[in-house]
Amino acid sequence: MRTLSADVVVIGGGATGAGVVRDVAMRGYKAVLVDRVDLGQGTTGRYHGLLHSGGRYVVSDPHSASECAQENAILTRIQADAVEETGGYFVATEVDDPAWGDDFARGAAATKVPAEEISVSELLTLEPRLNRKISRAFRVLDGSVDGWQLVWGAANSAKHYGAQILTYHRVTKINRDGDRVAAVICRDDKTGEDVTINCNFVINCAAAWGGQIAAMAGCHDVQVVPGAGIMIAMNHRLTNSVINRLTYPADGDILVPVHTVCVIGTTDQKADDPDKLVISREEVQQMMDCGELLVPGFRDARAIHAWAGARPLVKDSRVGSEDTRHMSRGMSIIDHDSRDGLKGLLTIAGGKLTTYRLMAEHVVDQMCEQLGDVRPCTTANEAVPGSESGKTYQVTHRLHAREEDRLDDQILCECELMSRRQWVNASTPSHRPASTTCAANCDSAWALVRAVFARCGPPGSRWRRSTSTSSGRPA
Amino acid sequence: MTPHDSNNAHDNNNYAADQVARASLDHCVKCNICETHCPVSAVTPLFSGPKFVGPQAERYRHGESVDHSLDYCSSCGTCTLVCPQGVQIAELNSQARAVMKADHMPLRDQLISRTTLMGMAMTPMAPVANAALGFKPLRMVIEKVVGIHRDAPMPTARTQTLTGWLKKRKAPTKAPTRGSLVYFHGCAGGYFEVETSKRSIEVLEHLGYEVIVPKQSCCGLAQQSNGLFDQATAQILKLCDELRAGGKDLTIISASGSCTGMLKHEAHEIMGVDDSRLADVSTRIRDIMEFLLDLHDAGELPTNFKTIDITVPYHAPCQLKAQGMGQPAMEVLKLIPGVKAIESGVTCCGIAGTYGLKKEKYEIAQAVGQPLFDMVKATNPDLALCDTETCRWQIAKSSGVRTEHPIYLVHQAYGLS
Repeated sequence: MRTLSADVVVIGGGATGAGVVRDVAMRGYKAVLVDRVDLGQGTTGRYHGLLHSGGRYVVSDPHSASECAQENAILTRIQADAVEETGGYFVATEVDDPAWGDDFARGAAATKVPAEEISVSELLTLEPRLNRKISRAFRVLDGSVDGWQLVWGAANSAKHYGAQILTYHRVTKINRDGDRVAAVICRDDKTGEDVTINCNFVINCAAAWGGQIAAMAGCHDVQVVPGAGIMIAMNHRLTNSVINRLTYPADGDILVPVHTVCVIGTTDQKADDPDKLVISREEVQQMMDCGELLVPGFRDARAIHAWAGARPLVKDSRVGSEDTRHMSRGMSIIDHDSRDGLKGLLTIAGGKLTTYRLMAEHVVDQMCEQLGDVRPCTTANEAVPGSESGKTYQVTHRLHAREEDRLDDQILCECELMSRRQWVNASTPSHRPASTTCAANCDSAWALVRAVFARCGPPGSRWRRSTSTSSGRPA
Repeated sequence: MTPHDSNNAHDNNNYAADQVARASLDHCVKCNICETHCPVSAVTPLFSGPKFVGPQAERYRHGESVDHSLDYCSSCGTCTLVCPQGVQIAELNSQARAVMKADHMPLRDQLISRTTLMGMAMTPMAPVANAALGFKPLRMVIEKVVGIHRDAPMPTARTQTLTGWLKKRKAPTKAPTRGSLVYFHGCAGGYFEVETSKRSIEVLEHLGYEVIVPKQSCCGLAQQSNGLFDQATAQILKLCDELRAGGKDLTIISASGSCTGMLKHEAHEIMGVDDSRLADVSTRIRDIMEFLLDLHDAGELPTNFKTIDITVPYHAPCQLKAQGMGQPAMEVLKLIPGVKAIESGVTCCGIAGTYGLKKEKYEIAQAVGQPLFDMVKATNPDLALCDTETCRWQIAKSSGVRTEHPIYLVHQAYGLS
């Protein structure tokens, strides 16, 4: 049994938790983050890769649209190495009503989401693989973002400010002292040891697993509904910008270029258990059809991975509990003092990856208020470690690096463009993998890379998202 | 893929190029067969190999090519030919090269791809031009200033062009018995390899065809292989108009193996030219040896050949192999009594059009071709056969063995020379 103490324990190492622990640490609190597995292994590593411009919500959810537009600019600045400024388009295909574009244009103006209509011929010159029956197109500032890089950037920044990041620490219990939170008890799954973290405050960032965590503190019936969405990665980029359908948000209407692949998604099905997400044949076929509508020939292209993630949607009395598509994408903060009479516990859920920093700011503001502290948020002002140069990621970076060192260093994996030096540096001496080249595009090599990092901690460079199928894992 | 209706030619070309090449990279199963057959990566580490540069690196490009070493690809097309999955590796590389060179095209690459201009300039002053190109100090200056290697093979200028010969020669006395053909001579066949064109025309006339030689210009192949797609596209469409003017639906014959490949498939597959005129010409054009073999297969080729007692090395050029028609020259040569043609078994002679002329690639091209030069010398020090012009110049220069088109022996066996 180990005992630690902290001002604040953050439960959940997804983007929200990493953002919260960074914010807390930057405001001068002693903070510990715990996650039952690795960072970003829940929903953050299983999402679409889209850094929203806000365009998607200009009609359906204007408030979220404005927040996305602001946070997009902030993240591009402070986490440049996780963001690719691909740009994006909203396009009306032959099954979409072109008149909806007028609503879109009005909504974009009202929400201050930058958008300009461009000619279809210009669009097709820039993205020649797109459906030639597209009738209208708007250019927006969508980007793509590497969820792993994002979450590790925030975590490394938090560490820089003194926070502790404890992965593979599964929460088993939350102790109360009367009407206050007193400690979080974890099991270190790598050593089997129990760890007690005495604290004044707990922020529950366990997202789709947040109800389970709240229940450990005796706060029952917190309804975070897992809204499961599937995504499919195709072998190469069919477009170099994000392509959205110019329509009210629906299934399968976004295609995102992420690193060397492009990702079509997504669906929205209420799930009972965020650890048991199903990728159904029907949904896969639905996504392939949606891809075909945007890029003719999509079905003939090579799909390499499918996965599902669970959105943490806070149950909204305005929509039926089965209709997760129309539950709010906005963030919800549950104050367990007013709800359950327990001081020192806040649960945050909902929201979007694009607004993760803002979610953290809001919840930490609320914590400060409850603690009676005046400590302003500074997370938007400072770049995370690795992003100081402000240079955003480009898909050509690694090819350029190999061009530079190709005569000095052997290239072991041509799919991921990994050199021997990268490989050796990534592995510890005791776990140095055998030198081997990959034979597929590229499950075997990818599995090895993942295995190396699972042993050695954070990836030093950019990797594709988790490609394992089916379920997410809770904090 | 759905048909498209845009009127923008450039846009259409991007689209078509994408359909044929980029989409094929999904089929790569990483078997590395292309890597084991690449003649360039076998002799130099400077080229990272066709799989790396093609289906792998392409996934890391988006409208810019940061891997400048891809220019070490010679565009021989061997990778595409050997790929069991149908990945258009060489085409992907050529497309990426065009993107890469778009904003800094070396003057040298623009000059050496103007093949017609070279012929027109050199013919009137052939003896002077030939002497000059054989003059070492001048070649050193050219290497320094322009970047063409001092020892690189150069065509020999002729005092008479094919057009000149056609005007001055006695018209065929025999009336045609088999109908008409259009003859496409290519730049080299018009200015430098005039003898090959003459012999081809005489063989076709001997067989009873009327041979129509319309005014014609360059196919743009050298520009294509140097990444000058816009110019090359304009060239080939002009050529298509000219060849079509020779006669509707007539079979077009050529002894220029590389130019024929450009018309048959490269312009479409590499540059994405998607034009009905090209589609018309590409389905009508035949390599002359392919045509003779087709006639033989149909029982229509006279085989009353004279015996020629000779053992001769034959090298099938990359761009001929890429046409997927086997090696018709080998089959036709077998019909001539006494001729023992030995197939080189070597992938590439190294020149790959203009690749081996460039000073930074000359040594690579020589290393690629060395096994062929050795084989040629050992087989017959006096004569070798090869279907394409620049390959013949490369073999002749580097092995010292006179190298001719296979039609040369057919012409002789029919008693025409």
